[in-house]
Amino acid sequence: MSSKVILQAERVVKIVGQGAGQVRALKGVNVGLRTGELTLLMGPSGSGKTTLLSILGCILSATEGEVKIAGKTTRGLGAEGLADLRRKHVGFIFQSYNLFPTLTAEENVRLSLDVSGIRGREASKRAREALEKVGLSHRLNAYPKTMSGGEKQRVAVARAVAGSPSVVLADEPTAALDSENGQAVMALLAEIARDRSRAVLAVTHDPRTLPFAGRIIRIEDGRIVGDERSSLAAIHVPVKSQKGKSRAHA
Amino acid sequence: MVLTLAFRNLVHDRMRLVVTLVGIMFSVVLVAVQLGLYFGAQTMIVNTIDQTDADLWVMPRGTKSFVDSSPLRGREKHAALSTPGIAEVAELVVVAIEWRKPEGGGTPIVLLGIEPSGIGLQPWNIISGNAADLTTPDGVAVDKSYLDDLGVKKVGDIAQIENQKVRVVAITEKIRSFTTMPYVFMTLSQARRYLNAPHHFSSYLLLRVAKGQDIEAVRQRLIDRMDEVDVLTTREFRDRTLNQWLFATGAGYALIIGAVLGLIVGTVIVAQTLYASTKDHLNEFATLRALGSTTRYIMSVILGQAIFSAVIGYIIAMFIVVAVVKASADSAMPIIMTAPLAVGLLGLTVLMCALSAVSAIAKVTRIDPAMVFGR
Repeated sequence: MSSKVILQAERVVKIVGQGAGQVRALKGVNVGLRTGELTLLMGPSGSGKTTLLSILGCILSATEGEVKIAGKTTRGLGAEGLADLRRKHVGFIFQSYNLFPTLTAEENVRLSLDVSGIRGREASKRAREALEKVGLSHRLNAYPKTMSGGEKQRVAVARAVAGSPSVVLADEPTAALDSENGQAVMALLAEIARDRSRAVLAVTHDPRTLPFAGRIIRIEDGRIVGDERSSLAAIHVPVKSQKGKSRAHA
Repeated sequence: MVLTLAFRNLVHDRMRLVVTLVGIMFSVVLVAVQLGLYFGAQTMIVNTIDQTDADLWVMPRGTKSFVDSSPLRGREKHAALSTPGIAEVAELVVVAIEWRKPEGGGTPIVLLGIEPSGIGLQPWNIISGNAADLTTPDGVAVDKSYLDDLGVKKVGDIAQIENQKVRVVAITEKIRSFTTMPYVFMTLSQARRYLNAPHHFSSYLLLRVAKGQDIEAVRQRLIDRMDEVDVLTTREFRDRTLNQWLFATGAGYALIIGAVLGLIVGTVIVAQTLYASTKDHLNEFATLRALGSTTRYIMSVILGQAIFSAVIGYIIAMFIVVAVVKASADSAMPIIMTAPLAVGLLGLTVLMCALSAVSAIAKVTRIDPAMVFGR
């Protein structure tokens, strides 16, 4: 399958606040995400990374400009319309995992499928498969409080991809993890991006994530200031599987 | 998953769950007792009317309730019998009078002078003796719950009415009057004799309309033939009696207000705990929203919590209610709990908890899913 632009933002402006406190968080951003690619969005604090991620993920609406995801525009959509696009096309991974503490790993993944209307045996099957892919098939019934940070983030990755979204957006996915777990999570994201029907964008400050990127976008003061292909992305990164074996990810 | 998440959120904070359930339990018990008393009072007030088989009641104009009776003029029976469309007529005497206990002292009673057969009032729920023995000289029927008040213990015991001997020939069960005065059944002819009243003395005429006759047309004919009387259908007389005791005296309002207060207290307690629980889980609801859930989906989780609380609280409360109902069964004010009332109460509890969820739902519908970033 050939690579294509699955998410396109054109001339996106976002104004936040009101009156004298008004701020132009994004000042005409153009960005396109291609399937089969892991893109890193990097920039200093306050540069507009999270705002852009929110707009690309259909959580916020742009003040000006247009965002298209899988060919569908977000222009004019209300809260429920945006939620519908998120449900169908976007998988999220959060810095603090945002798992439901009262649900097991499998139930956390099933919940995101339930939101999309996938229920019963099909949901169970997909949730187990997704957890198996992230090496957690032995932790299906574990609650978040009994998991390590790395395990929680891997459950979050499984939750993000279980519904087969067109775009996976990750907000500082390694920020709360140690080096080893951070590398493992990035390796997973790189593997997910290798699926040619899906694009992955990760907002990060972490330079250790660079080797996994196929593309790096830099943002400063609400403007894209750099967009480059990375030559480091072909590095092999070992990921510990549940049985202690290592898998090579190219 | 909605119900799973709702249930897990609910039991996640045990202390809060206990507070919620105690609140619901108190509310349900309070509402059940108030409504049980209301329906218990209603049953007591109209039990005698409900036991008759009459279509129409003739009574002195302005009679407010069954026990608030005065004598008819005496010509009404003949007028009724000669009215086309009347199939059967029964007379009934209802008089407040003094009962003298066998060991001294007295107590006021409501003497019911009845015709021993036909459409008129008959004693029911006989647990000892025989209603047919009322036709024997001096025979009376009394209720078990009033035996102590009347100073008698069993069939065969002797007391006095108007300085004349009466003998208990039958004992009934659960025939209580809403006033403090016990009902005492006696045949119509003996009642007239004890009251030293004329042979046509009666408080009510109970009429059965002939098959195929229009009750309204027959009633109009009766009104045309009688002076100074009210002619009411059994339903109308029942409503008038209930209205007098429950609403003109304020007793019914007090019970209904008590039930409403119970509902308000329950609603406030459940609303507070649900709101606090929702606030605690706000980040999870924001995550749900970020994952693309609809507002309706999130509302379902909160409503699920409310309904789980309602059902669990109701079940616990009903154990207490059943105990209270059993304890009150032989009291002066029995609390009634019927299957429809229990089902209605469950519906009311669920409704109360669903209403309690409004503030929590209002909170989550304002959630900004962007709050999931940068935590």
